[in-house]
Amino acid sequence: MTSLAWLVPAALTLGMMGLAAFLWALRSGQFDDLEGAKWRAISDDNDRMATESDRSRGDDV
Amino acid sequence: MEAALDAGLAAQAPGAEARQTIVLSVPSIVCGNCIRSVENTLRALRGVEAARANLTTKRVSVVVDPSVRSTIDLAAALEHAGFPAAPLIENAETEQAARVSELIPRLGVAGFAAGNIMMLSVAVWSGEASDMDSSLMDLFHWLSALIALPAVAYAGQPFFKSALAALRSRRLNMDVPISLGVLLATGMSLFQTMRSSEQVYFDASTSLLFFLLIGRVLDERMRTKARGAAENLIGLRATNATLVAPDQTTKLVLASTLKPGMIIAVAAGERIAGDGQVISGQSDIDESLISGETRPRAVSIGDTVYAGTINCAGTLRVRITAAEDNTLLSEIGRLMLNAEQSRGRYVRLADRASQIYAPAVHVLGLLTFILWMALGAPWDQSLTHAIAVLIITCPCALALAVPAVQVAAMSRLFSKGVIVKAPDGLERLAEIDCVVFDKTGTLTTGELRLETSDGVDVAALGRAGSIAGMSKHPFAQALAKAARAEGIQTRAVEGVEEVPGSGLVTTSMGFEEKVGSAAWVGVEDRNASIWYVAEGKPAVGFVFVDELRKDASACVSELRRAGYLVKLLSGDRRTAVAQTAAACGIEDWTAEVRPDQKLDAIEVLKARGYKTLMVGDGLNDAPALAAGHASLSPASAIDIAQTTADAVFQGDVLRPVIEALSVAKAARRLALQNFAIAIVYNSIFVPLAMAGYVTPLIAALAMSGSSIMVTANALRLRSKALRLPNVGASA
Repeated sequence: MTSLAWLVPAALTLGMMGLAAFLWALRSGQFDDLEGAKWRAISDDNDRMATESDRSRGDDV
Repeated sequence: MEAALDAGLAAQAPGAEARQTIVLSVPSIVCGNCIRSVENTLRALRGVEAARANLTTKRVSVVVDPSVRSTIDLAAALEHAGFPAAPLIENAETEQAARVSELIPRLGVAGFAAGNIMMLSVAVWSGEASDMDSSLMDLFHWLSALIALPAVAYAGQPFFKSALAALRSRRLNMDVPISLGVLLATGMSLFQTMRSSEQVYFDASTSLLFFLLIGRVLDERMRTKARGAAENLIGLRATNATLVAPDQTTKLVLASTLKPGMIIAVAAGERIAGDGQVISGQSDIDESLISGETRPRAVSIGDTVYAGTINCAGTLRVRITAAEDNTLLSEIGRLMLNAEQSRGRYVRLADRASQIYAPAVHVLGLLTFILWMALGAPWDQSLTHAIAVLIITCPCALALAVPAVQVAAMSRLFSKGVIVKAPDGLERLAEIDCVVFDKTGTLTTGELRLETSDGVDVAALGRAGSIAGMSKHPFAQALAKAARAEGIQTRAVEGVEEVPGSGLVTTSMGFEEKVGSAAWVGVEDRNASIWYVAEGKPAVGFVFVDELRKDASACVSELRRAGYLVKLLSGDRRTAVAQTAAACGIEDWTAEVRPDQKLDAIEVLKARGYKTLMVGDGLNDAPALAAGHASLSPASAIDIAQTTADAVFQGDVLRPVIEALSVAKAARRLALQNFAIAIVYNSIFVPLAMAGYVTPLIAALAMSGSSIMVTANALRLRSKALRLPNVGASA
């Protein structure tokens, strides 16, 4: 029975972490362009380096 | 996201207030390479800070220094790179997107709460069968309350707000019983938790919110997608204008920035950007989108021209005029305003259901309380049973019944190229029993085709086609195309001179040859549209007809077979309309109707008890589109028609009209089936609840069971083979 004392908080904390991760992902625009994301993942874009400053600004919103 | 982008930039770079985020619609982004080319094209421009393309919405947002780059520069640069782009007018769309982005975090919180509370509840339920002691059960109930209370307060807000708004205006909508059920379930559970009772429904109230939010998010997403697609279509039709400054310098500007008094230059083949008066030049104007008339109208100095029409021949200068009260446009605006008011009174299926459902449920709850009191039960027990009735009847299945079907129907139609924009458009489409078509651009493609059934003079066609190939005029283009279609090799002709409003003339063969209108070449006969005259030879006439959409007659006969009344209302000449009507098999047609007469015709049909579907593309159809019980527009339609219509269909066939009707009717049938499922569910569980046999476990099972059944039933629409049902066939 004492195991519950840490099992329940642990379960809830894990759940909360999942929720927080979801809300963070949502707010940072990870779900804005699901179609585009799969293409961006496979494009080895060299000129990304050149526009690094643009990208960091554009992406971290 | 754009707002955040702005904020981020403002924080990083001083003086960033000067930067502006511009959103362009770029419908031709289809793959990863497009994303890269679009972004790189824009980033290479001076003054562009950042560019990010979105493949899902087919839009690109650009952070730009407005003093260096204007919207039109960006659109022009993209166009040059092979991606036609159009700036978007935001407000309406961003509001819709904001609603979705507000719903999703709530959905996440509701999902978290429902999952965790369910985990605790399962422990309690299994504990009841084994040996859980009451202090542990209390602990679990309190933990549930700890999760549920803030979750309900946050995730339930959209429902509470909507219910409040409805009650304030003394109406009932589905959100009233939902809010009441959720609040009562949560409140009573808290009360019972304090009393260490077993009647705790936190799991039911949170999973109810979770299910309903899923439905609502899907619904809003589909709507945002449809609206975005519709805006992209219209955006591309919006034109740029070549502004002529007083010092004769020219500048490309957005059509929306034109003001009365400005002077614009319109080259041959361009769409005229604003209403105005011709101040120099003469030309032919293709006004088929305005009047339905396929023959171009000759204009010269002093004539009025309308936005959206196409300049066919010469270069014009147009002085933009304000929309005066007696212009065609303002008249149409007035007609539309009146026509739209009647449509606002339509009550949606779900709201009609809730108007019966909500009072019935609340009366049942009250009855339960009174009955138990009368049977001598203590008041708190009676109240518990009464609230159990409200919880079990909380219309989860009922509230999902319509949205689930609508999402399935809209996404099916979307994949077929039909974009349903009006929220209640599908429901109104399902009631249609009469279809009224416009001719030009709707039954027909709006393109000219040479009538060859009587045989043509091949030599004359070859020569005329070669001469015509040198011009951009629609008749000339059609003539050249017809010559090539007949297998004739057209040749480049030297020295072709274009006489605006009349035709083409050349003397390259040593004698004069003319291709043009009857009056100009000097022929009395008015049947043929274009004449070819070589000096010293008899004139040869070419008859052009507006080409029917490939499946027009098949679609009309299918509609008629299913019992629909099919009518044709056109602003075009009698002969042209009669020809089209005969080719499509429409017996009931009217030609040379003005916009207000189209509207009247729809009103007459309405008075005779018909629910009319108006299908049209022109400015002259706009009032009728607004007045029809439902309306459809092809994607080639003028923007007023597209915004007025309930749905827009793409492609060059008429089949989507039938598709839209059959999907709408199937959707209505499924929605009614879903209502039936909800009623069956209620008739089983309400008596149980009234008798006091409903435990939290039964409530949770019943609630999820009915929701899943209703959703699964709705999803059948995605793959079902559909046939246009007969008018009046039982739904």
